Amino acid sequence: MTTTHEEPPVTATTPVPGERAGEPVIEMRDISITFGSVRALDRVSLRLLPGEVHALMGENGAGKSTLIKALTGVYSIDSGTIVVAGEEHAFATPAAAQAAGISTVYQEVNLVPNLTVAENMLLGREPRRLGGINVRGMNRRARETLDRLGLDIDPSSTLGDHPIAVQQLVAIARAVDVEARVLILDEPTSSLDADEVAKLFEVMRRLREDGVAIVFVSHFLDQIYEIADRMTILRNGRLVEERMVADTTQLELVQLMIGRELEVLDRLDHEHTRTSTDGPPVLKAIGLSRKGSLEATDLSLYDGEVVGVAGLLGSGRTELARLLFGADTADHGSLEIRSSRRRLRSPRHAIDRKIAFSSEDRKAEGVIGDLTVADNMMLALQASRGWLRPIPQAVRNRLVGEYIEALDIRPADPQALMRNLSGGNQQKVLLARWLITEPEVLILDEPTRGIDIGAKAQIQAKVAELARRGMSVVFISAELEEVLRLSDRVVVMRDRRKIAERPNDDVSVSDILEIIAGHGGTPSARTEEESSRD
Amino acid sequence: MTDTLTPPEAGRRTASPVRGPRLVARLLASPLLWPVMALVVLLVVNVVATPSFLDVRLQDGHLYGNVVDIARNSAPVLLVALGMTLVIATRGIDLSVGAIAAIAGAVACTRIVGAGDEGAAATAIMACTVALAICVLLGLWNGFLVSVVGIQPIIATLVLMVAGRGLAMLVTDGQITTVNNDTFSNLASGFVLGLPLAFLVAVAMVAVTGVLTRRTALGMLIEAVGINPEASRLAGVRSRTIIWTVYVFGAVCAGLAGVIIAANTNSVNANSLGLWIELDAILAVVIGGTALTGGRFSLLGTVVGALFITTLARTIPNIGIPSEANYLFKAMVVVAVCLIQSPRARAVLRVRRTAPVARKGNPA
Amino acid sequence: MSAVTAPSSSVWDQVRSYSPPARFLPVIVTFALFLGMFGAGGLRYDGFTDPQVFLSLLLDNSFLIVLAVGMTFVILAGGIDLSVGSVVALSTMIAAKTLALGWSPYLSIVTVLVVATLLGTLMGLLIHYFEIQPFIATLAGLFLARGLTYLISVESIPITDQTFSELAFRTITLPGGYYTTWTVVIAVATVAVAAYVLARTRFGRTVYAVGGNEASALLMGLRVAVVKVGVYAISGFCAGLGGLLFALYTLSGYSLHAVGMELDAIAAVVIGGTLLTGGRGYVLGSLVGVLVLGTIQTFISFDGGLSSWWTRIAIGVLLLVFVVVQRVMTRRQP
Repeated sequence: MTTTHEEPPVTATTPVPGERAGEPVIEMRDISITFGSVRALDRVSLRLLPGEVHALMGENGAGKSTLIKALTGVYSIDSGTIVVAGEEHAFATPAAAQAAGISTVYQEVNLVPNLTVAENMLLGREPRRLGGINVRGMNRRARETLDRLGLDIDPSSTLGDHPIAVQQLVAIARAVDVEARVLILDEPTSSLDADEVAKLFEVMRRLREDGVAIVFVSHFLDQIYEIADRMTILRNGRLVEERMVADTTQLELVQLMIGRELEVLDRLDHEHTRTSTDGPPVLKAIGLSRKGSLEATDLSLYDGEVVGVAGLLGSGRTELARLLFGADTADHGSLEIRSSRRRLRSPRHAIDRKIAFSSEDRKAEGVIGDLTVADNMMLALQASRGWLRPIPQAVRNRLVGEYIEALDIRPADPQALMRNLSGGNQQKVLLARWLITEPEVLILDEPTRGIDIGAKAQIQAKVAELARRGMSVVFISAELEEVLRLSDRVVVMRDRRKIAERPNDDVSVSDILEIIAGHGGTPSARTEEESSRD
Repeated sequence: MTDTLTPPEAGRRTASPVRGPRLVARLLASPLLWPVMALVVLLVVNVVATPSFLDVRLQDGHLYGNVVDIARNSAPVLLVALGMTLVIATRGIDLSVGAIAAIAGAVACTRIVGAGDEGAAATAIMACTVALAICVLLGLWNGFLVSVVGIQPIIATLVLMVAGRGLAMLVTDGQITTVNNDTFSNLASGFVLGLPLAFLVAVAMVAVTGVLTRRTALGMLIEAVGINPEASRLAGVRSRTIIWTVYVFGAVCAGLAGVIIAANTNSVNANSLGLWIELDAILAVVIGGTALTGGRFSLLGTVVGALFITTLARTIPNIGIPSEANYLFKAMVVVAVCLIQSPRARAVLRVRRTAPVARKGNPA
Repeated sequence: MSAVTAPSSSVWDQVRSYSPPARFLPVIVTFALFLGMFGAGGLRYDGFTDPQVFLSLLLDNSFLIVLAVGMTFVILAGGIDLSVGSVVALSTMIAAKTLALGWSPYLSIVTVLVVATLLGTLMGLLIHYFEIQPFIATLAGLFLARGLTYLISVESIPITDQTFSELAFRTITLPGGYYTTWTVVIAVATVAVAAYVLARTRFGRTVYAVGGNEASALLMGLRVAVVKVGVYAISGFCAGLGGLLFALYTLSGYSLHAVGMELDAIAAVVIGGTLLTGGRGYVLGSLVGVLVLGTIQTFISFDGGLSSWWTRIAIGVLLLVFVVVQRVMTRRQP
């Protein structure tokens, strides 16, 4: 990897001279998509050349999957054009996109586990004889395709008997068998180990040589640098830049993905005054790990401090939070709560030990949409009391009223249905749900994602205030400014493990960025300054 | 009863407080509107066919008339549907209630026949208590399969649905057991304060359930589990206990219904007692506005649903159609209610995200 | 016995040739159970192992075999069909009524099959296009078919038609002096056709795909709609055919025929090793499932001391065992 990141940024709208010859297979121009009041894509462009691996980069909510779905006909576009091999197209269905040679392989294997490998590859266009499926012919054709990709898989074996990695490769084989000109791989590597990724890359290289344009989405920067030729970076539904991978350092890439607005780093009145690391930690994780989601991690939390967790999507930040709360159970390692060793088998155990956790997936794991704001707020406290001891109406009204006012929840109607609230207000209700249980440890996973600026500031202020009053907070966010603004200590995660922990006295956003970009992974992925600093 | 149940139900459903003509607005927004309207339409049809349909007369201190009969006949379905409402609210379903009703009826009758003093009130009470205790066990069994073993509710309760009638016949030794006990038969045909006892029992159960679910936190927790199981788990809700509780409750309700049905004929036929009552109960729940996908439930809606089904059964012969055609009408009701509740059918009337896809396909 | 396994064993071999044997485990277990029960019967009761007992087993359950075939399609695709018992009753009634009106027996048969298939298709359309749960949509079908039956006649109507009674009574003599009837041939032929369709046609494989993962099947560009509606049409057709066989068996049409037979059909399919959540199972398994149910009944009729209700209890217990084992098996998978 070179470190020549002094070059001026190159945007997609200006043609890049001296690049690979050939017309783009696909050109998406100024694509916009709006969901309700949310602008999911705002004039985003993407060009794919034959025989390249094109990485699509961005954090959660950047618009990667929306862009892919716009291309493959799952979503319709509000404005903009899609040009396929010189002709303008808009695919109404995934099948139409497939017919035009655009195939997609998703993160979750979208095949049928109960059928054979050959059937999964060829179903819908299988060879037939006398009206019935020609099983032998089908297996032969599947074998040919697999051979072409250098894969040694028995076509007549049942797909579900293979590990996920092999299933993923079969999915690619299916995509390739359709004579794909464009292959979209949406996070295919998230559950693969190193050998399996190597196998996948081998297949990708073969396809690239055959002239297929591959769109590759991955959260692992090292993989991008190993396989991708060019990349398009998105942030908050907008195009940031299109770049050659070789001309971009990891540090630059992370900066482009996360974005930094240096001028607005006004600190909150939170002064990082926490002093006592002397006392016993309120929560201590020792070598906490879980296969496939987190490698052995230590973490100590003290009263009245905010520990910020920084890291990209897939870095293990969410996985750590879930293990601390007992939402998932750890394979190894242990937890100490106020110096006594505890095993958290379920969220119940954690709640009983005064730990609270607000999930990043607000909709699936937080909001009870058809219940009222009041019910949503009282749920955790009520659950811990059991159904036989209802919270007295007066207490309930008082608590709900207090929190609606304190967190400025709108509409200020306890009887409003949760699903009718905006994301920011829902998030505040969920915060209230946990504050009502008076926890000692509050774990917030991306509490400000996808909500408006006003609500964001209010939640940040609340977190600072809670810490001042002695609560211990774990604050996870993809936005580094936010993490630094609030935290007393910053934990940096990458590749499913903790790679750094720094007190937040003179840490800057660029320090963190450098740690994320440079640390860990394969040596080739390290930037030079990072290596020299070690 | 209305006083204890209406305010929380109605108040919680109407999201935005309307200050103006509040009563009208509230009524129009009420989810009970459609079921009640349907019931009213049915009654109107009856009155048109038989002007004296709604007449109620007092004789020997008892009320008589079609409406009273409907109330009395609705008791079993109402009870089963009551239990079913809570089960469905947790995203479950209980197919075994008919079989449980048969077992309860069989146990009660054989206990009475086998007792020393067949006619005594104490015998009847003991017999019913034993029957309901066995229902608790059956409910525990269903709840165990669903919440601990983790089998889909429809499959888990299918086991008892298949085996249950065999068990009931085992209890009665395959005979149609006839009992002679006044206390027992009063359960179905007796009157208290001029009203049928069976109906009062059912209404009392509804009231108790209303208090249990709306005055404690049970209702809210059931709904939370039904709407979003994962979010509920992360909020610390003991969903296993909740689910177990509703299956036990459902079984007890079914048992009570079985005992009433047996008391109505003073006999038990394990083969036919409560046959298809699970389907009627599910229908009552669906008519009452509780979605089969779980979540928000309405006890009052279920009451209306059960009354609707019973009234329908009464209406058909009343307007001169053979009563066997009842099934046809039920089929139509099922389809109509499902279409009304189907998001797809509603989407036809609404602008949705998928709609623009089709429209935009043309200009491009 | 050889008469049954001979035609189907070739299908067995074909299916086996491209599927690992592990997938047959549930069917093999059921088959072993069946053999074990039959063997136990032979040890206990005289004459139980007489091949004619087995042939009677097929004869007495031919309609259930056909129903189970249709139900297998539906369950493999991830659905359920509660209406089949009522459709059987409706079919017997339509046949009896039309014959009583003097229709040609062939026209009568065609009418039954068309009505039953239409009913199934209708339910399939409701399920697929309006996203109504299969359980509730087929519940409507149950009520509708039963209601139509009552509408035609409340009383039982006897079937006296020459063709029908000849078809019902005419036996096929097999070597060794054993005999069987045309109804058995029809049932076995249905199984064979269904096995071929499921194993070797695009439609059949798509049934498995839809049951395995409907969303994936859609993304793979398979014709999910055709399959989802199609399996209910097939189930309706099978219920009509089963109804005709039932009419031949009882030579009457009656609105109280086949009450609860859908449960027997579902139980047979599950005991035959088909996963109730869809995607796994074989129509041959369902055949063995029906035979197991039939054997329980034969057992009880041979044993004077056992009462008939033990059939239901035994079926329930078997169902429980299979459902729990299925649950454990699916839990172990990734």
